[in-house]
Amino acid sequence: MASVTFDMATRLYPGGTRAAVNKINLEIADGEFLVLVGPSGCGKSTTLRMLAGLEDVNEGRILIGDRDVTNVPPKDRDIAMVFQNYALYPHMTVAENMGFALKIAGVAKEERAARVLEAAKILDLEPYLSRKPKALSGGQRQRVAMGRAIVRNPQVFLMDEPLSNLDAKLRVQTRTQIASLQRRLGVTTVYVTHDQVEAMTMGDRVAVLKDGLLQQVDTPRNLYERPANVFVAGFIGSPAMNLLQLDIVEGGVQFGSAVIPVAADVLAKTSAKKVTVGIRPEGLDVTTGAGLSVNIDVVEELGADGFAYSTATIDGVATEVVARVHGTDHPHSGDKVTLGIGEGIIHLFDVESGERLN
Amino acid sequence: MTSKLEITAATVEPALLDLPWHLPLEDWPSENIAALPKGLSRHTVRFAHLGDYVIAIKETLPELSLREYEMLKNLIKLDVPCVEPFAIIDGRETPDGEPLPSVLITRHLKFSLPYRAMWSQGLRADTATRLVDALALLLVRLHIAGFFWGDVSLSNTLFRRDAGSFAAYLVDAETGHLYERGLSNGQRENDLEIARVNIAGELMDLMASGHAAPGVDPVAVSGRIVSAYRELWSALTSAQTLSTDERWKINQRVSKLNSLGFDIEELSITTGGSGNTVRIQPKVVDAGHHGRRLLRLTGLDVEENQARRLLNDLDQYRSEHKRLGADEEVLAHEWLSHAFEPVILAIPKHLTGKLEPAEVYHQVLEHRWYMSERAGHDVAVQIAVQDYVTTVLSQRRDEEALLMPNTTGNITLPNPVPTGTITVIDDDDVDWRDLV
Repeated sequence: MASVTFDMATRLYPGGTRAAVNKINLEIADGEFLVLVGPSGCGKSTTLRMLAGLEDVNEGRILIGDRDVTNVPPKDRDIAMVFQNYALYPHMTVAENMGFALKIAGVAKEERAARVLEAAKILDLEPYLSRKPKALSGGQRQRVAMGRAIVRNPQVFLMDEPLSNLDAKLRVQTRTQIASLQRRLGVTTVYVTHDQVEAMTMGDRVAVLKDGLLQQVDTPRNLYERPANVFVAGFIGSPAMNLLQLDIVEGGVQFGSAVIPVAADVLAKTSAKKVTVGIRPEGLDVTTGAGLSVNIDVVEELGADGFAYSTATIDGVATEVVARVHGTDHPHSGDKVTLGIGEGIIHLFDVESGERLN
Repeated sequence: MTSKLEITAATVEPALLDLPWHLPLEDWPSENIAALPKGLSRHTVRFAHLGDYVIAIKETLPELSLREYEMLKNLIKLDVPCVEPFAIIDGRETPDGEPLPSVLITRHLKFSLPYRAMWSQGLRADTATRLVDALALLLVRLHIAGFFWGDVSLSNTLFRRDAGSFAAYLVDAETGHLYERGLSNGQRENDLEIARVNIAGELMDLMASGHAAPGVDPVAVSGRIVSAYRELWSALTSAQTLSTDERWKINQRVSKLNSLGFDIEELSITTGGSGNTVRIQPKVVDAGHHGRRLLRLTGLDVEENQARRLLNDLDQYRSEHKRLGADEEVLAHEWLSHAFEPVILAIPKHLTGKLEPAEVYHQVLEHRWYMSERAGHDVAVQIAVQDYVTTVLSQRRDEEALLMPNTTGNITLPNPVPTGTITVIDDDDVDWRDLV
């Protein structure tokens, strides 16, 4: 096991106008589960492929432990790409399916048996080692496939959208399995996904990328509670955070008929007359007091609670605002209501740079 | 029942609608199913009759079937040997309205065989080696086209006989990516490593099933993919520095590539600073050197080695029938009607499904050579054909669309989870430690 370091690592495609991955600095701790997330084309898969040795690194370095692997061929990096495409061999036992790659690598028989047994214990497959894959359930077969990677004792596991070929139900199950397995094994893991829910539920830390640039690396909680910029604020969370450009006034910012109090030293950080205010849907309440007046478009009922999708007019522009409401006792489509600031964090971002102010 | 089906296809085939799309592929009635041998697959794959030909149907997720369909179309445009995509069908439902997976349909490649069905009495070591050589050539061609396969294996390849060798075709492009700017060395190395491990696993499985002849060494055979690939890659792409008085070596390089079956479309030639050296490097190479020449001369569209064999025979015919005013085209036409066609027409109609015509011609030439050697003199072609038909061809199985019981349990991973009780009939008295 080992840490992973991206040191100003850059990937430039010949003829490309901007770097696919631009001077990434990232320290992944030994045993950590790090998720790379971002929209399509953000550079997350390229970053993973650079670590795997599938993409050339044009500038900077990549280290696994203390070893500089920037120019090391993929198979000599001691990494394992996990079950992208494992087939199970029907005439071989579970043990053979898990251990045959070790045989090719010339690992001695006793060592092979020991490693297969160890992996089987972790995967709850010990009773099935002499059986053929046909006699296993679908979930057990998946674990055998994972066993193929585990027996190699790699320093780092790499997973590139491993759940993308599963249907929705199996995706949730497998997500949980991978996360718990990773914690049992304690092997440093880098995982790529475009799905922020997957990222937030699986990773110890999540690295958010956009346009080849690292936006923020943090724990899921911190990404949610303290997004570093407008992009991360809008990307993390479902439904997305409301991001409204509001006027700076005496004592805070104008939110409809109400003023959201903001400390003067925070507002002093921007020279603009407006500020981007981020409020999560759960931070807004329907109120009879002061606030932002909106027209309810639709209410999505989810049982205990729901989400009201509404439209407000801010500076003459129709703006969508989403608020969490009670599951049954809520306004209806066509209602005109006032949304007030409830409990929760108010996020403030510079309108120009998008950087967090508070 | 079929009203909601969404079919994407290049050609309209009304018979497609008659297939039982409302049933999971596993439950299709036997009258629809063509019992062709198949490789190992993560998905349910079955063959079905559609009019006069056979199609391969794979159940998968809608986005994956669309992606693979487009990918195969692109590979065909790039002139890489692969199966031909035929259609995708979405919106399948059972009569109760339960959704069924999307399917990708490809045409079955006539006269092609999966590696598991290559030899009825078990895969022999030399056959395994030739299969791996064919796969190495396919992989080089894919890499030159900028395709990273991601799941190189014998199972994902189909093989056609090719005058003593094999020609490999890509079957499964699900994990692949096309990179317009070409592949990095790391990507190529990764594909090679995947190939090496998969081939060894496949051969070990074949041995475990008893379908490999003794003497097949999975590790040695799978290691060959690496050496065969590297040798070919270097021949096709490496730069070579020559001194200016060795310029004949440029022709030598071209001839070598031709003999490997490639044409050079573009060659970069740069002179050294001192003016004493020339550096040459093939920039664009195109497979099918012999195939194209044979096609141009005779209209026959065959595999590369078959073309090489037929061209040798054609060249020999030309040297024997040389006369004034008869150019290459004229003699090629004559060879076709006086040498090639009589042999093919001499094959009884009921035996024409055994092998492709070009393969038959190659085998007749071989057969004639052995007969002549035994007899100590040249045996007439007519006699050789008759003997070949009786002693060889009639004993062979039909390979146009080889029908045989499916011997390999289809392991699907990771999609469906079996429901109900799983009966385990297993030899638990075998200690797994002896098998690892």
